[in-house]
Amino acid sequence: MIAFRNVTHGYGDGPLLSDVSLTLPPGSFHFLTGPSGAGKSTFLKLCYRELMPIAGTVEIFGQDVSHMSRDAVAMARRKIGVVHQDCQFLDHLPLADNVALPLTVAGREANPEELKELLAWVGLSGHARARPPSLSGGERQRAALARAVITAPEMVLADEPTGNLDWDMSQRLLTLLVELNRMGKTILIATHDMNLIRTAKSQVAARVLRIRDRTVQHAGADL
Amino acid sequence: MKAPLPRKFRLFGRDTRTDRVVPPSGAAAWLTLLTAAAMAFLAVFALALSVATGRLADRWSEALANGATVRISAPADQMATQTQRVLDILSVTPGVETARALDPAETQALLSPWFGPDLPVASLPIPQLIDIQETPQGFDAEGLRLRLSAEVPGATLDDHQRWRRPLVAAADRMRMLGLISLALIGAAMAAMVTLAAMAALSANGQVIRTLRLIGARDGYVARAFVRRFTTRTLTGAAAGTAVAMTAIALMPSAGDAGGFLTDIAFQGAEWLWPLTIPPLAAIVAFVATRTAALRSLRTVL
Repeated sequence: MIAFRNVTHGYGDGPLLSDVSLTLPPGSFHFLTGPSGAGKSTFLKLCYRELMPIAGTVEIFGQDVSHMSRDAVAMARRKIGVVHQDCQFLDHLPLADNVALPLTVAGREANPEELKELLAWVGLSGHARARPPSLSGGERQRAALARAVITAPEMVLADEPTGNLDWDMSQRLLTLLVELNRMGKTILIATHDMNLIRTAKSQVAARVLRIRDRTVQHAGADL
Repeated sequence: MKAPLPRKFRLFGRDTRTDRVVPPSGAAAWLTLLTAAAMAFLAVFALALSVATGRLADRWSEALANGATVRISAPADQMATQTQRVLDILSVTPGVETARALDPAETQALLSPWFGPDLPVASLPIPQLIDIQETPQGFDAEGLRLRLSAEVPGATLDDHQRWRRPLVAAADRMRMLGLISLALIGAAMAAMVTLAAMAALSANGQVIRTLRLIGARDGYVARAFVRRFTTRTLTGAAAGTAVAMTAIALMPSAGDAGGFLTDIAFQGAEWLWPLTIPPLAAIVAFVATRTAALRSLRTVL
């Protein structure tokens, strides 16, 4: 589904990730850990081509990102739900329209009942008409999660999705991601939350990736 | 079955969802509207100028091309004889349709703008003028000139060439200036719409980035901006054209006395020409905005 081959990326002061090679097979569940600034967000951005590798190749759904047309990138992103750390929305649109936006840009109509159900599930049913700037950090994160899964994507990438959530909401988020994984979707979560990882491992065959020494390694039993 | 238009050209159907992804832009919307209206207003006047000068050039060309004058300067006692001799020659000259000596009243009418109505034409040694109207094939001016100089020494043929050429050239140049003005107005409108679109694209960088990250194609994002700017330009240009056409229609007519200035108007089917300005302005806006949008989108991965 996503394959890194000898991938290097950096921002000018030396490489942040160097010679990374790994594969995220379809239907897998991975956590990505590492200290702040280690490159977790960079790794995720490489996965949906918000960043391009400066060396090596990244393949998304079997296509080398450096040879993909801009339309092909857009089509690939429709199959990837992303919960960004900064949770950007279109501030002039109501929350419900923002959540339905991935369907809108794909030329599809959101089913009002399903949209209502999804908002209720993330605890935002009372905020459907609210504008994003009026939401708290946690509410924005839940809205971002709803937006990421509304198209039932083949893969979900989440960057610190529980950073602003309480434990109960974190568990609900995890339950959703586990359910999606059981349906065959591929999940990759960048997180510092060890409790979340332990809980997930008790429910699903989740593997842990750790960024260390500018490369990504499979973590062992020392987690 | 009627094939639907490609999406990028669907500007005026209902696609409110696409439109709504771009935030309302307030002042920029009004500025685009106002600019388009002002440019269309100027374009209608430039077009009217061009059409009027074209008409003037044609009229001068036609009026002077089919006529010629013979001027006879002779002593008073020989004037009648020489005039008759010239008329006789002209009556057998191929290409001359009619030839007629101007009577004293007509001569006085020609001179009165310079010397007033009380000029005693009969007592002054004023040359006799003979007005010639040519057939469409025209006559051999050089041959006639040689024959007149041989048989009627006091007669001089003026076939209007030396008057016609500079007048027609001036009118043609005026028409060209009108067309250049139209092209400049079109280019200025394209530049202004491009600037407004680029400002809107720049102000909405975060919106564009978010749309791209959730799977919007470049065409989708560009269309949202293109629709907005094209419809605004079309609306503004239609308003500016309507006002300019009304102003031209209400221009006072001074008849023959007004000359060229009161002739800056459209006649008959010429009124259809300004109606092409709003759609042309919309096409200019479409191309300018789409080019700016796609160029701007290339900076977002």
